[in-house]
Amino acid sequence: MESGDTKRKHYLNIENTPQSWLLTLDHKRIGILYLVTILLFFFLGGVAAVLFRLELLTPDAHLVEHETYNRLFTMHGVTMIFFFLIPSIPAVLGNFLLPIMIGARDMAFPRINLASWYVFTAGGLFGLAAIVFGGVDTGWTFYTPYSSTYANSNVILAALGIFIAGFASIMTGLNFIVTIHKMRAPGLTWFRLPLFIWGQYATAIIMILGTPVIAITVLLVGIERLFGVGIFDPAIGGDPLLFQHLFWFYSHPAVYIMILPGMGVISEVIACFSRKRIFGYHVVAFSSLAIAILGFFVWGHHMFVSSQSMYAGMIFSILSFLVAIPSAIKVFNWTATLYKGSISLDTPMLYALGFIGLFTIGGLTGLFLATMAINIHVHDTYFVVAHFHYVMVGGMLMAFLGGIHFWWPKMFGRMYPEAWGRFAAIVIFVGFNLTFFPQFILGYLGMPRRYHVYPEEFQVLNVMSTAGASILGAGYLMVFVYLVWSLFKGRRSVSNPWCAAGLEWRVSSPPPQHNFKKAPVVDRDAYDYTDEDVYKSDYDSGGTSDG
Amino acid sequence: MAETETSHPDHLAHHFDSVEQQRESASFGMWLFIAQEIMFFGGLFLGYIVYRIKYPMAFATGSNLLSIEWGAFNTAVLIGSSLTMALAVRAAQTGNNRLIIRWILATMLLGSVFLGVKVVEYKDKYDHQLVAGPMFEFDADYVLEREAVPAVYADDIDVHDPQFGSNVHLFYSFYFVMTGMHALHMIIGIGVMIWLLVKAYRKRFGPDYYSPVEMTGLYWHFVDIVWIFLFPMLYLMGRH
Repeated sequence: MESGDTKRKHYLNIENTPQSWLLTLDHKRIGILYLVTILLFFFLGGVAAVLFRLELLTPDAHLVEHETYNRLFTMHGVTMIFFFLIPSIPAVLGNFLLPIMIGARDMAFPRINLASWYVFTAGGLFGLAAIVFGGVDTGWTFYTPYSSTYANSNVILAALGIFIAGFASIMTGLNFIVTIHKMRAPGLTWFRLPLFIWGQYATAIIMILGTPVIAITVLLVGIERLFGVGIFDPAIGGDPLLFQHLFWFYSHPAVYIMILPGMGVISEVIACFSRKRIFGYHVVAFSSLAIAILGFFVWGHHMFVSSQSMYAGMIFSILSFLVAIPSAIKVFNWTATLYKGSISLDTPMLYALGFIGLFTIGGLTGLFLATMAINIHVHDTYFVVAHFHYVMVGGMLMAFLGGIHFWWPKMFGRMYPEAWGRFAAIVIFVGFNLTFFPQFILGYLGMPRRYHVYPEEFQVLNVMSTAGASILGAGYLMVFVYLVWSLFKGRRSVSNPWCAAGLEWRVSSPPPQHNFKKAPVVDRDAYDYTDEDVYKSDYDSGGTSDG
Repeated sequence: MAETETSHPDHLAHHFDSVEQQRESASFGMWLFIAQEIMFFGGLFLGYIVYRIKYPMAFATGSNLLSIEWGAFNTAVLIGSSLTMALAVRAAQTGNNRLIIRWILATMLLGSVFLGVKVVEYKDKYDHQLVAGPMFEFDADYVLEREAVPAVYADDIDVHDPQFGSNVHLFYSFYFVMTGMHALHMIIGIGVMIWLLVKAYRKRFGPDYYSPVEMTGLYWHFVDIVWIFLFPMLYLMGRH
C-alpha cells in the first residue's frame, strides 16, 4: 500500500512478505494483526444482531423461530464480548501504542505477544466452528444446566474457544504489566505516564487475576459435557449456582476490561483537544485501579434473584454502588478538564464527548440495577440490555472508534477524511441512542430479554430500536469504507498532526521499526500543554532512518 | 542492532538495555504467571471447599478410600524434586552446565516417579469403579470393607443411600480434576526441562544468563506447592 512512498523505512514497508507479518515480533504489526482479526468478529457479531433486530420488527415469529433466535443472540454476545470487545482496545491500540508511549523499543516479551495473537485466533476458530456447525443457544453466559445437562448445541466448541482465547488475554495482560514496570524510558516516572497507560495497567490486572477463573470454569463445563464428570450437576449433589458465582467472578471484572481501556483513550483525547492537562491527574489514575479492584467484589449483583442470601445481596449491592465513585471521578474530571480549555471538535473529540454522555447514562442505570428492589423489577429485561449496551457500545466502542481515529495517522501515516469522520460520528451517536434508549423503556415496561416474540403494545418501541440499529450499522459501514479508502488515498500525515503531547507523537508516522533510535528522556508531565511551541514543531527526533 | 554502543550479547534481546533489565522482566513475568495460576487452581479449591462443607460425610468417606501411604510417598518425592530443581538453578548461576544437566535429569526422574505413582493410584480407583464419570459405580460393600466411613459419622450415615453414593462421586469428580490438572502441569514442566537440557548441553548458561533455568524452577516450585495444598485437602482432612 506504500509503493509510492519515499525512501523512508518504517514498520509497514520494511518488509512485506507473508512471513514478515505472520512471524513478526514487532508490537505494532501484532496490533495490526489483531485489528484485522477482531474486525472479522465484529462483522459476524453485527450480522447476528441485524438478523435478530429484523425478527423483532414484528411481535410474531416471522423471520426465525425461537431455536434460531437463541443461537443468534448467543452468537452476537459471544463474538462481541470474547472476540471483539475484550481484545479491542488492549490488543489493538494497547499493543501498538504502549511501548511507544513509554519510550520502549518493544514489549517485554515479543514472542509471547505474537503467541497471544495465534492463541486468540485459534480460540476464534473454535468459536467460528461452533457457529458453522449450528451455533450455541445458551446465551453468552453459558449458565448450567443449559450448557451442561440440557445442552443441545455446540457448547464444547464454543467453551473451548473462550478457554483458548482467554490465554491470549492473560498473555497480553502479563506483557503489559511487565512492560510498564520494567521498560519505561529514563525520567518517565509513574505519575508522568499517560492515563492511557494507567488504564491499560488496570485492565491487565483484571486480565491476569480474572481470566484464569473463567478458564477453569468453562473447562469444568467442558469436562462435564465430555466425560460426564459433573461438578455443577445436581444429580450427584453439584450446584449449578456455583457456576454462576465462578462465571461472574470473572465476567463482572471483564465488564471493566471492556471499559477501562476506553477510559484511557478518552483521557488522551480530551486532554489533546482541550489543550489542557487532565484535571486531577492522580485521582483519575488511581480511579482506574480502584475500578479494577472493586470490580472483583461485586459479582453477586448478577445473582440477586438466584437464591443468593438476602444479606449477601445487600453487601453486593453496597459494593456495587462503590464502583460509581471512581467512575464518577473520571466523568467529573474530564468535564473539569474541558472547562476553560480551548476545545476543538475533531472526530476523536466527538467520540470522546459522546462517550462521556453515554457512559454516564450507562453508569447511572447501573446504579438502578445495583438496587435490589429495582433489580427484581427489571431483572432480565431489556432495561439490562440497554444498560450494558450504553456502557459497552456507547462507552467502549465509541472510545475504540475515537482512539482509532486519533491514532490512525500514527498507525498508517495517512489522515482519514475529517468531514466524513465527523459526519459518521454523529450518525453513530444518533443511531446508537435510537437503538438502545427505547430498550430502557421496553425493559421498564416489562419486556424480558432473549425472547423472539412479544406482546403487540411493544412494537412501536421495537421498530424504533431496529430503525436505530440500521442507522448505527450504516454509520459503522461509513467509517469502515472511508478508513480503508484513506489507507490508499488519504492525505499524508506529519509526525504530530494533532500537536499532541506524548512520546508516540515524537516518532515519525508511521513509526520506524524499533520506534526510537535512541531511548527518549522524559523531563515533563503528561499533557503538559503549557508550552505549546514544543508540539507545534514537527520534530522527528525519534529517528527517521532507524535500521 | 548496532544501535547501542555497549556490547550487546547474543542472549540479550534487542529491546532490552541491559542483562539485568531482561532478567528482572523475566522474573516479574513469571511471578505474574504464577499469580494467574493461583487464580486458576483457586476456582477448583473454592468449589472443593464449598462442597466439602456441604457434604462432610461423603467427602471424608471418599477421602478415606485414597491411599495415604502413596500420597505421603509422593509428597516426599515432590519435595525432593524441588530440592534438585533448586540445585539446578544454583548450578546455572555458577555456570556449571554439566551439573545443570545432572540436577535437571534428577528432577525429571523424581517428577516421573510422582506421575508413575499417580498412575498406580488411578488404576486402583479404576478397579473399584471410583473413576468419576459414567463408569462410576458406588460400591457400599467396598466402603464398609475398607472401613472408610469415619467413626464420628458412623451412626449418621447410611452408605446404601444412593444420594450418599452420588456425593462420593462428587468428591471423586474433584479428586480427578484437581490431581489431573496438577499432573498436567507437571508434564508441561518436564517438557520444558527437555528444552533446558538441550540448552545446557550446548553450554548456553552462565552467570550472565540463567533465567530459563530459574524460571522453570519457579514454575516447578509452584506446582510443588499446589500439591502441598492438594495432599492435606484430598487425603488428610477428616481422616480417622
